[in-house]
Order: sequence, then C-alpha cells, then structure tokens
Amino acid sequence: MIAEHDIDAALDAYRGRGREALLPALWDLQRAHGYISPENVHRLSHVLRVPEAEIYGVIGFYTLFHDQPTGRRIIRVCADPTCALVGADEILHGLCDRLGLSGEGSTADGEYTVEHSPCLGMCDYAPAALVSDRGENDIALPNATVDALLDSRDGAYFTRAGDDESVLLDPALSAAPQTLAAYGDYRALRRAIFDLSPEEVIATVEASGLIGRGGAAFPTGLKWKFTRGAAGDIKYVVCNADESEPGTFKDRVLMEHRPHLLLEGIALASYAVGTGKAYIFIRGEYPKATAILDCAIQEAEAASVLGAGIMGSDFALDIEIRRGAGAYICGEETALFEAIEGKRGFPRMKPPYPTTFGLFGAPTAVNNVETLCAVPSIVNQGADWFKSLGTAESAGSKLISVSGHVGQPGVYEIQPGITLRSFLDDYCGGVIGELKAVLMGGAAGTFLLPDEIDVPLSFEDLRAAGSSFGSGAIMVFNQSTDLRDLLRRLGLFFQHESCGKCFPCQLGTQRQVEILERLDAPRAGDRERLHDIGMTMSEASICGLGHTAGIAVLSALEKFPDLFEAEE
Amino acid sequence: MSDDKIKLTLDGQSITVPTGATLLEAAQAAGVDIPLICYHEATSPNGLCRICVVDVDGGRVLQPACVAECGADTRVETRNERVLRSRRTILEMLNASVNLEQAPEIQDMMTDYSADDERFPDARRRESEVIDDNPFYVRDYEQCVLCWRCVQVCAEDAQFTFALTLKNRGHETSVATAFDISMTESPCVFCGQCVGVCPTGALKPKVEWGMEQGWSSEELRQQTRRKRKKGSE
Repeated sequence: MIAEHDIDAALDAYRGRGREALLPALWDLQRAHGYISPENVHRLSHVLRVPEAEIYGVIGFYTLFHDQPTGRRIIRVCADPTCALVGADEILHGLCDRLGLSGEGSTADGEYTVEHSPCLGMCDYAPAALVSDRGENDIALPNATVDALLDSRDGAYFTRAGDDESVLLDPALSAAPQTLAAYGDYRALRRAIFDLSPEEVIATVEASGLIGRGGAAFPTGLKWKFTRGAAGDIKYVVCNADESEPGTFKDRVLMEHRPHLLLEGIALASYAVGTGKAYIFIRGEYPKATAILDCAIQEAEAASVLGAGIMGSDFALDIEIRRGAGAYICGEETALFEAIEGKRGFPRMKPPYPTTFGLFGAPTAVNNVETLCAVPSIVNQGADWFKSLGTAESAGSKLISVSGHVGQPGVYEIQPGITLRSFLDDYCGGVIGELKAVLMGGAAGTFLLPDEIDVPLSFEDLRAAGSSFGSGAIMVFNQSTDLRDLLRRLGLFFQHESCGKCFPCQLGTQRQVEILERLDAPRAGDRERLHDIGMTMSEASICGLGHTAGIAVLSALEKFPDLFEAEE
Repeated sequence: MSDDKIKLTLDGQSITVPTGATLLEAAQAAGVDIPLICYHEATSPNGLCRICVVDVDGGRVLQPACVAECGADTRVETRNERVLRSRRTILEMLNASVNLEQAPEIQDMMTDYSADDERFPDARRRESEVIDDNPFYVRDYEQCVLCWRCVQVCAEDAQFTFALTLKNRGHETSVATAFDISMTESPCVFCGQCVGVCPTGALKPKVEWGMEQGWSSEELRQQTRRKRKKGSE
C-alpha cells in the first residue's frame, strides 16, 4: 500500500543530493511504509541518480532494511550469548506461538513480523529486543517479555554506572541524559579555541598516552597528527558509534548519558585535525542514543558551542548523525566510510589508511566514542594528570561492559592495573555460582579460565597473557553454561555478519558454524578443520572481522579441548 | 641504487623491482608462479579471493600479492607452510560451496596445493537453478565463485550499465539484477563483457550451453537466433 503523497514527501528532501544520501533516504522510506518497494527504489533511483541495481544491492546488505512487506510491528529478539542465558530463545518461541507463527516471519494479518537479532548492546538488561512500529521511531526494549513485546512501547531503563572517581561516567546518573546546563560550557573546547593551537591540542593528546578504545589500540594523538598533516583541503572527523560486538554496550551508555561529553570530544578532534564537518555513525539498533545525540546537537548549536562561529570564534563545526542499518562490519572503519557514502559496507584494502584516504577519499580521523570522550578531560586537566591514571602503557581510565553470570551487570569505569578477579568481586557484585570461563574482549575475544583471572586489566598485561580488551566486553559464564551452545552462537554471529567480500571469511565463517553446530556429535578431523579455518581467516582475510572471527574458537580449542571430542 | 628501484628477497632470490611494483609483478619477473582467481588485468583489483597471499617478513597477516606493493629489503616467501595452509584451506572451503567442474584453472590449483575435495563433508552448497532469461547467455550461479568481475565490468570498470549487483551478504551473497528481474527487463545491453571475464562456467554463451544440453542445430537456431530485419522480408 503506497500513498503517493507520502513518497513524494519522504523523498523531496533528497532532491539534489547524491549517493551519500542513500541510507538516510532508505530509512525514511522504510519508516513510512515498513519496507522498500521496487516502485520506491525506482523513484529513489531518479532522485539520487543511483542505479536501481545498486540500491537493491545496498538494501540486501543491511539486515534492518526490508525489500518485502513486513508487519506493522517488527520485533527483533536478541539471540546472542548473554540474552540466551536468560531465555531469549523461549521468548522468541513464545512470541511465535502467541501469534500463530510456525517460526520467524510475518503474521497473515500483516500486524507482526518476528525475527531474531544479533546482539542489541543491551546485555545489562537481557533479554533485549528492538521494536519497530511503522511510522514511529524504533525503541529498544529492556528485560523483554512476550507480553511487553506485543503491547508496550515503554523502553525506559536506567543505566547503572559511575562512581566518585569517574572520568567518563557521571557519578550522578539518572534515567535522563545529562543536559548542557548540567554538563557545563564546553570548557575544554573554549580553552582550545582561544588558548591553544591545533598542534598544541594534538601534542597534549599525544603526550597523554591516550590509545584508541575501539579495539585496535592505536595512539589517538598520532592518528590526529597524520590526518592534520595529510595533503588536502577537505578533511573529516568520524565518530565510530557502531558498537556491535556481542557483550559490548559501553558506548551506548556514554551516548545515552553524557552526549555533550562526546560532542565536545568530537569538536576538539575536529579543531585539532582542521575540519568543519564531522559525522557520528551510530548503529541502527541504538535508537535511544541516536535521539539523545540529536537533541544534544540542537541544544549545543542553540548555545553556540557547536555550529557556526563557535563561542564567537571563526571555528565552525557541523556534526551530522548517520544511522547504520544492521551490519556489524560497519564498525570496521573503512566499511563505515562506505556506508556513509551510500554503499554496501565492504571493508577497503589498506593501505591507503584513513588518515590519508578516508571518507569520500579525504584524510579522515576516525575514533571510537569512548576515545573521544576521554579528550575533554585531557585538555582540561593535562596530559600528566591523564598519565597518572592507570598503568605505564594504559593511561587514563577504561570502560568495561560486563554481562552474564555476575551480580550486577553493567558498565564500569576502571583504572587499568586492577586484576580481573578484583574487578569481578569488587565492581560487579561477584560471580554468580562457580566460575567456568570468562570471555574477554567480546565475541572475537579469548577465554580465560578460573585460574587465570589474576591477570591485571591493562593493554600490556592482557597482551602478555595472550588476550586483549578488544571491545571492552567481559562476559562471565558459570558452571551451568553450555559452552558448546555458546560457541555455536558465536559462530552464528560471525556467519551472519561476514560481509562476504573475501573468500577466507565468507567461506570460513560458514564452514566454522557448520562444525560448531555438530559439536555434540563431531566428525573425526573436526578439530583440525576448525584450526585450519581459524588460522586461514586470521592470516588471510581482508579486515579485522575476518582476522578475529575464529579467535574464540581457537582459544576454546586450546582451553577446552574436551568440547571438541565426542561424548563417551 | 636509484630511488625508483627497490631490492627485496623473494623465495631466496634477490631481485630488484621498480618502486610501486606489486608483489605479483615481482614474482612474475622472478619467474615465480602465484595462483590467481579474482584478479584480472582488465578489472580493478579487489584482492578478495586471497588465493595469492604471500608471507612478507613473517608478518602477523599474509599479504595479497595482486595488490600489495613490494617493500624495500623485505623477505617474501610465496610457498611456506602458512601460505600453503591458507591457499589449501581456501580451495577446500570453496570447493565445498561451489561447483568447480568447469573451472580448470581452479581444479589445477586443487592438485597443486593437495586440496582434499572432500575436506568439508555436509557443507552447505550454494544452490540455484540455471537462469535462462535471454537469447545470448545463461547464468549458473552454482558455479559462481564471487570474484565480482562480471559486476565490475557491468559497472565502472567498463560498461556503466549497472544491470548487475551483489545481493545479500556473507556466504549467502549472490550476483543478481535489481529485485531479480530478468536480463531482458534490466538495463543489460548484452555487451558480453561479463561472459568474457567469468573465470568459471557461471556465465556462458547460450549456444555453448545449448550444445552441452544436447540441443539439435534446429533448436539452437530457434533459441538463439532472431530474424534479421534486413533481408528477412
């Protein structure tokens, strides 16, 4: 059912724009109609001057876009490890039963579509679901139940985080985001604009020892220096808010609670590298954080701390939010650029690196949310203060998303150097039951055994232990956990999220999950198969997704060899 | 040595190449064979099949020879254990998903790298019906290895026709037209470039396909020849 006037209204705003507007336009069409029809692809093709086949290819790449009619309410239930521990499968089955569906799909009356989803970044409120009502903004539903998913539009939740020593988190957290008045007047940005040259800001960040919090741990100051020094008049800052690693939700908490901290960090980065245009690329499954950031940008522009002529200076900055549409790969920085450019989110070959050839081919500094949020306090309090926190190679504080079998799942701010054991005991309310394994760093992480949790949580100590912070996720599993089921879910995640570009990952994630699905009755040679697949993905794939898609399985082969043997 | 040349070691041979040369060009100059699937001289290299990976200085990851540039004073190994494992495993995984019967070059690679053609039993194969929707060529995506060449020549690498795209993602990826419309409804101009660059039997002239099906010459003419405007009256 297509209302002609709606389509024209939805697409009118895009006249004169090009391919870069493709994802926003597809979102508008889908919100209005529930799916993207061939007729609307045809019209959009003319408005943006993009071939229809290309648009069709983009729709099929992003799982939140539909090219077939859907129910008026689409319910996506998280099926990843943390939600599975608390009955996500039962909720999915319960929904299907209640609606008379034999499995995932749409009801005959066109009211509901039910699907499972990869991690929604709500592991502190498991089980979680994403609810999309036609014509409305999406909501993420915490502590989902069958009744709530069918009836409610109430997505309110608190996020538990912060204490007196917090740098990133606000000790006085409430359900509402911090307002500009409560946050204060972008003091670090004022200082930078009026007292510091861009080079001095970069030198301060470099001296602070801040390294990236997105997973790759690259020195932030150096990245900015490369971007500033790269040839070209047009440059960009991009905030990577595509947090999608199962078990990871720290960036969501930062954005939902301290939007102005992030915006000020982005403004400082933009001033430092020399650009007036920044993007926040946020995953499509974070509607609440998206709305909060949108309001915060308006608030900041009204107060002249963002926008044209910031604080009366000649520094201007436009920050644009771009919403992803269901693709974990877009957390990979070059795939993220492709998504903003309106393409399928395929990672590019590197080199060239983003600092010389990034978004739209221009030098680009792309930083994680948490990294950018550390910058205002570094500019305010100095590099030496930041270095005094944490350890020699892990300056500052670090956010950890903890989920699974702990007393109090949530986001915690730690000073690197404390042990994993004391983190679990002193911050998270202890392990529930008897500890079986910790999955450190996310779905692409490594397992730590109960006798390995005295490792200090720092970049260098974890590296020495063959592990890493990864995305900053710690998933805790007790003796009741079926580790084979856990591995199977991790395998399904990577199979679902592989972009399909390079053979090792496209084929390897498929072959890997086929073997993980038969772990209860393995074939002779499956251990060797998994090892060859994991090593081939790690060594021969194009990007970080492929490089890490077999890491947890390789780790399990080493730490839990019995899982891969046939039961007696 | 002048600035525009660099020296490196490749499989123990010391060689000199122009600055900016790819590892593939260096290997070819040194007479060392590098297997290739997605690479084609006429298309932009995407380095996606990864069959050409080589080991540079024992680095954490292997490098795709078709696109990676030579580094000065590096030590490149094109057939060590790591390289052989990746190439063999890629071939075994590919063979488990795709019908490679009409891809003789890849068959030869399977032999060269001792790939076991039954390494992955019970694997999900990419299955599809042969698409016969135009008088010029047929598409059999069970034989498609997803090298992307057909999509590339249909788009910016040659024709700017944009009849083809990639659909879905991961292992479920396939080459398709918009909404799977037939070629005759699509913008396809039947230039034939996609058929020309296909490395397997996935894209095939209809005459060739018809002969494989055992069609008689009369059937071939009926299926593939149109009445000429001139001289037909």
